[in-house]
Amino acid sequence: MEGKAAAKSAPRAEHFSHGADIGVRGRGATLALAFEGAALALTMAVADPLSVRPETVVEIRCEAPDLRLLLLDWLNALIYEMAVRRFLFSRFAVVIEGLRLCGRAWGESVDRARHAPAVEPKGATLTGLEVGFRDGLWVAECVVDV
Amino acid sequence: MELSRLERLTNEKWRLKAERGMRVPAILFGDGELLRAMDDKVLEQIGNVARLPGIVGAAYTMPDAHWGYGFPIGGVAAFDPGEGGVVSAGGVGFDIACGVRTLLTGLKRSEIESCKEALAERLFETIPAGVGSRGRILLDEAEMERMLASGARWAVERGWGEPEDLERIEEEGVMKGARPQEISERARRRQEAEMGTLGSGNHYLEVQEIAALFDEAAARAFGLVRGEVVVSIHCGSRGLGHQIGTEFLREMALAAPAFGIRLPDLELASAPLSSLLGERYLGAMRAAINCAFANRQILSHLTRSVFAEFFPGARLPLLFDVSHNTCKEEEHEVEGEKRRLFVHRKGATRAFGAGQEGLPAPFAATGQPVFIGGSMGSPSAIMVGPQARPEEAFASSCHGAGRAMSRHQALRRWRGSEVVAELRARGIIVKSPSLRGVAEEAPGAYKDSLAVVNAAHLAGLSRKVATLEPLLCIKG
Repeated sequence: MEGKAAAKSAPRAEHFSHGADIGVRGRGATLALAFEGAALALTMAVADPLSVRPETVVEIRCEAPDLRLLLLDWLNALIYEMAVRRFLFSRFAVVIEGLRLCGRAWGESVDRARHAPAVEPKGATLTGLEVGFRDGLWVAECVVDV
Repeated sequence: MELSRLERLTNEKWRLKAERGMRVPAILFGDGELLRAMDDKVLEQIGNVARLPGIVGAAYTMPDAHWGYGFPIGGVAAFDPGEGGVVSAGGVGFDIACGVRTLLTGLKRSEIESCKEALAERLFETIPAGVGSRGRILLDEAEMERMLASGARWAVERGWGEPEDLERIEEEGVMKGARPQEISERARRRQEAEMGTLGSGNHYLEVQEIAALFDEAAARAFGLVRGEVVVSIHCGSRGLGHQIGTEFLREMALAAPAFGIRLPDLELASAPLSSLLGERYLGAMRAAINCAFANRQILSHLTRSVFAEFFPGARLPLLFDVSHNTCKEEEHEVEGEKRRLFVHRKGATRAFGAGQEGLPAPFAATGQPVFIGGSMGSPSAIMVGPQARPEEAFASSCHGAGRAMSRHQALRRWRGSEVVAELRARGIIVKSPSLRGVAEEAPGAYKDSLAVVNAAHLAGLSRKVATLEPLLCIKG
């Protein structure tokens, strides 16, 4: 039972193909989990999240006119923190109330030898930007320019 | 791409007639093979561009076009402010003023071969590249302001380059109309430690041999000698440009309905050129162009310092510096009438022919150099603006080989270590902090760069001058 409960509450992260860039997709039983999954997929575009130690927490707050822009703002806030702190994140906790998001991201400074980061995310785009409920799960996705 | 919807105008020029809300037709450049290999999304995206208000003439794609976001990469479109024309943050992209500059060395390949390994190592140590790298120059508020206003001139005044470099940069290294006050604190913060950094992805510094010449007169004018070596640097406005793109894209997407703009794709977020938002974006984008000029100027200085260690006395004069992600105000002839237009080039290079207004003085008689980047293992090319008038596609040409497959597909097909080993067996040294990054950028993930160059040449977009073979490559 515990295993099933854990699986149900874990975000799923994956990529989808895009010509030159990378599509990030999160799925989960809740909207918040889908947002966490999209954030994890963002890290996966750069490095293996398992190599990133969740040592330091960064708090992020966003508010947007709709859920799609809320996802855009969440991912762009993470990209900004990754850029100015030279950070990678591997663990996320998101609370969404209406169109307000309160998130926490745990990570550490980039270690080029250990993380071997592949690409630098420049920004989350409006291309393929979708938030919705599909096949029994919440899905949050968009293309990230790298 | 399915070609049945296209009308073939010449071997390298195809037209999609204006349909379903398109205000102008779309013109696609490239031979049948290049177009068939393109994703259908290219056609969908350029069709959407043709639906934007105030677009003039046609929406164009270059022979290296591929699926982008909003605009296709390799897309060109011009807008008339007097006809409700727009400026689109998505039409410029996140990496504002990403571009290429090429330095001449006057050195023979044999001279480089004698120290290639050590030279590659020193360049890799000296040029900050890849995720997590930091520049050695930290800008305080006042210096950031000066850099944003004065671009490469600021860098030269600080000792990172020679005054004669400036006349060989678009806009003489200083983009007029920059409005640093339109740039947010977050964008500035993102740039604080990124001056003089290469970035990652498809950005590179490459040492290349001039392998073949196709236009002796233009080659002579550009100082290109077969068998000699050049250095090409491909990068842009770094975090500052990325943040400006992020912020204005969102703002324009939200504001579009109030302007009465119906966006066929949200990523085409636009504002009227005559609006306050449009003017703010243009001011910020122009400051980001200055940031890119300054960044490539500093990288040139670092490159020169490394070459001086190995070849005392080598000056590495600049051939030219040209951006390929911009929106520029230019005069063009449209149906016999000269008009001031705002030309978006996203993954497309300005290709002014001889005598065109706005050409830097050294190229007034020849036309400007146009740089087409290769892909670590494939040739790059130097072209020149066309002789014919009026120029095709608002005087634009291609910018690189263009991706033929996604990063995912590339990762499934290649391992970074194997790519590095294969290139080394061909005498090409690749230095990168990320083997995965190398795999994603494997030469086979790109189109045949020479096919793209030949198509641009035959289409009359620009003329072939020289091809460059890679000797060593620093990848971000």
